[in-house]
Amino acid sequence: MVETVVFVVFAIAAVVGAVAMLAARNPVFSAMGLLLTMFSMAVFYLLLDAQFVAAVQVIIYAGAVMTLFLFVIMLIGVDRREDLGEQIPFQRPVTFVLAAGLFAVIVAAGSSAWVTGSAAFGDPNMNGTIESVGRELFGGWMIPFLATVFLLTIAAVGTVALAQFGPGGLRLAPRGEDEESEA
Amino acid sequence: MTVTVAWYMTLAAGLFSMGAAGVLLRRNALVMFMSVELMLNSVNLTFVAAARELGLVEGQVAALFVMVVAAAEVTIGLAILVAVFRRRATANVDELSALKG
Amino acid sequence: MIDSLWLVIAFPLAGAALLVFFGKRIGEPASGWIASAAIIASFVFAVPLVIPFVSGTAHPETVLVYRWIPVIGANVSLLWDPLSALMVMVVTGVGSLIHLYSIGYMHGDERYGRFFAYLNLFAASMLILVLADNFALMFVGWELVGLSSYLLISFWFTKPSAAAAGKKAFVVNRIGDWGFLVAVMLIFAAFGTVDFGVVFAEAPVVLTTAMATAITLLLFVGAAGKSAQIPLYVWLPDAMEGPTPVSALIHAATMVTAGVYMIARTAALFELAPASSGVVATVGALTALLAATIAIGQRDIKRVLAYSTISQLGYMVLAVGVTAYTAGMFHLMTHAFFKALLFLGAGSVIHAMANEQNMDKMGGLRRAMPWTFGTMVVAWLAISGVFPFSGFWSKDEILASTFAQGGFYYLLFAIGLLTAVLTAFYMTRLMVLTFWGAPRWDDGVQPSESPGIMVVPLVVLAVLSAVGGFINTPWRLGLESFLEPSFEAVTQAHPSSDLTAWVLVFGSVTIAIIGIAWGWARYRRDELPAETGGYWDAALAGYHVDDAYGRLIVAPGLAVASWSARIFDLRVVDGLVNGLGIAVRSFATSLRPVQSGYVRSYGLGIAFGALGLIVYLLIAGGAF
Repeated sequence: MVETVVFVVFAIAAVVGAVAMLAARNPVFSAMGLLLTMFSMAVFYLLLDAQFVAAVQVIIYAGAVMTLFLFVIMLIGVDRREDLGEQIPFQRPVTFVLAAGLFAVIVAAGSSAWVTGSAAFGDPNMNGTIESVGRELFGGWMIPFLATVFLLTIAAVGTVALAQFGPGGLRLAPRGEDEESEA
Repeated sequence: MTVTVAWYMTLAAGLFSMGAAGVLLRRNALVMFMSVELMLNSVNLTFVAAARELGLVEGQVAALFVMVVAAAEVTIGLAILVAVFRRRATANVDELSALKG
Repeated sequence: MIDSLWLVIAFPLAGAALLVFFGKRIGEPASGWIASAAIIASFVFAVPLVIPFVSGTAHPETVLVYRWIPVIGANVSLLWDPLSALMVMVVTGVGSLIHLYSIGYMHGDERYGRFFAYLNLFAASMLILVLADNFALMFVGWELVGLSSYLLISFWFTKPSAAAAGKKAFVVNRIGDWGFLVAVMLIFAAFGTVDFGVVFAEAPVVLTTAMATAITLLLFVGAAGKSAQIPLYVWLPDAMEGPTPVSALIHAATMVTAGVYMIARTAALFELAPASSGVVATVGALTALLAATIAIGQRDIKRVLAYSTISQLGYMVLAVGVTAYTAGMFHLMTHAFFKALLFLGAGSVIHAMANEQNMDKMGGLRRAMPWTFGTMVVAWLAISGVFPFSGFWSKDEILASTFAQGGFYYLLFAIGLLTAVLTAFYMTRLMVLTFWGAPRWDDGVQPSESPGIMVVPLVVLAVLSAVGGFINTPWRLGLESFLEPSFEAVTQAHPSSDLTAWVLVFGSVTIAIIGIAWGWARYRRDELPAETGGYWDAALAGYHVDDAYGRLIVAPGLAVASWSARIFDLRVVDGLVNGLGIAVRSFATSLRPVQSGYVRSYGLGIAFGALGLIVYLLIAGGAF
């Protein structure tokens, strides 16, 4: 009973957040909407016995990713209002059709034997504690874990490299030298 | 009425299509990114729900990996966006159409 | 000795190669002596190989030099039998004399060395032709003499008329070559080989009359091209643009006789197709008459001789057409003597007259050039058929053999007789206009006798023209027995040896004297008859045959070529190719708008693709 109520409430919140994200003219409002959706996701994870994932969702997604988004919005100053018109012909109707079609297909797929028909073959007492997730992660999924390590390292390096592109193009020399030569 | 896994799946599907629509409809690059994040989140929900249903922890592990990759992708993507904005002073993807045929 | 027969070809070939590369450096007169030495060497080398045939103690042999295409019987292998031996003697013998003459004649020419290189090349080619023992090698020689002829006719190529004449000769010859080639193809189709020995031996068994007729007629087309018979004779008068020794060697003594030789060689095939022989004889006779009528009206001394050559070739072709092969070869030989002499003598006259060739500007040269005059008198009498010079014996044998065939051939005999009168007439005209009467020279022209190097060959040829006929008299058929081994398998026509023979002999001598007397009476006067109007103009222009060919054949050909180049090639072919390019480009242009540059459009496309893929996978997986 409780579960149902919680689900319904936060489902509505998630959808509202998503719609806000889509419809808001001001990108800051879009970010806020997405933040709401992400919090709702965290609640869902809790309902689904995935405590660790829920915690990570809040910390990483809501805490880091969305903060990063807001920083960038503020940095490049696109908090102006976006205009409403659509230039590409038929983009809107076709997109709606696409979205509707996508939804229908996924639901139809989901209602087939693929997803719901197979018998549970896992552990009915599964829980999402840190311990069990950790065991699984560092047990069979060590190599993908290490791959993600590399991935994050490369992402960091790449971001630093991308920061070298200034308004006039590539700026390779460190700023200190420029000042020295000017003096 | 109990909450079955189908509810979660359906919700995830709906959020996914809304995210897809957002990518295709919005012109602001940042909002497009956020729509992609929404799609990734819905997929995460699907993974975790399936993990619950099937009794496997692998689903949650998969959700974690998706989060890691999403974080990395956001990092790079926003860095690119910032670099583009420094050159072109616009975040409107429709204006980045130099590869027109 | 016989195994080195290929040296006969190698000497002049080596001479040609040497002179092509080093002729300029060797300079005159050394190049001339080298070339002459080469061909004299061939002659000297061949003589001992001929003697056994004279005494009748030798058999025809083949000498294999190189295995070229053995599968079809086409090897570089040489056939040494009396017929080829005779041709080799004529080519190298008369050729040597002409080479020596040219040393003096071409003095001062800036491409002296090149001239002798070409002369040697020609000699080598002709020797390949006559020594070949299969159709393929013979065709190689055939084509090479055509090439040499082209090079030599247009030797002074800076003169447009010479260049055009060379081209004309080559093109008209080509038509003949086509006939020859198709005939060889048919022979190969029928026999599976092109080797003479095999073909001639198996011909009676393998060939139907129809096939034999087709092959022989096509061979005759080739002969007509090379030997200047109707309708392919038009190149020969124009070929007089070449230096006179060239005219003497190629267009009198040797190359033009290749057709006659070829028919004699393929006698075995002609024997199976009497209809073709009839055609050959008729064409020969008509050509002889036609050319003689044209020769009467010519004013250029070399042109008279050119048409005379065509006419005499007609005689030879008539002879081989009535299967009197010995008579044909006999006349070939004697004609080589006196016609070469006539050309060389004319060259001597032209040389002395500072390159004047028009007889209207000559006259009275017999005192200025006694040796030239004397030798040309011998040639004149020989060609007119006066007893006992060589031309009499050979021409008489031809006419008698024709008469002996009876029926339709009486007509051809009459034509030949008429031609003999005309021959005597126009030759007398030539002699009188050139050597007798008061001088009609241009100012400043002082003719004197030519240098010794030019006179000696004239004398040698005069002697041969005088006594050459005695090798085949009715009392001692020397040439016939000499050529016997070559014509074993073939029936030859012979003149009858009874009273008719004597009547014919008497008749032909009378005819010759009538012709000479007529010419003498008409031209040996102070006031030369004005030869203009009507017949004279037509004859001078060769009855406008060249114009007719130009309008009927050349003009349409040029029109087709022009259409092909200007319309077909430009519009159709280029249009097709360009059109393809344009089509591709326009298609690409029409597809360009797909690349709108908008990321969101691309995204839409991708999304739809993904949706489609998902649906497909679901259906394929049985989800629905």
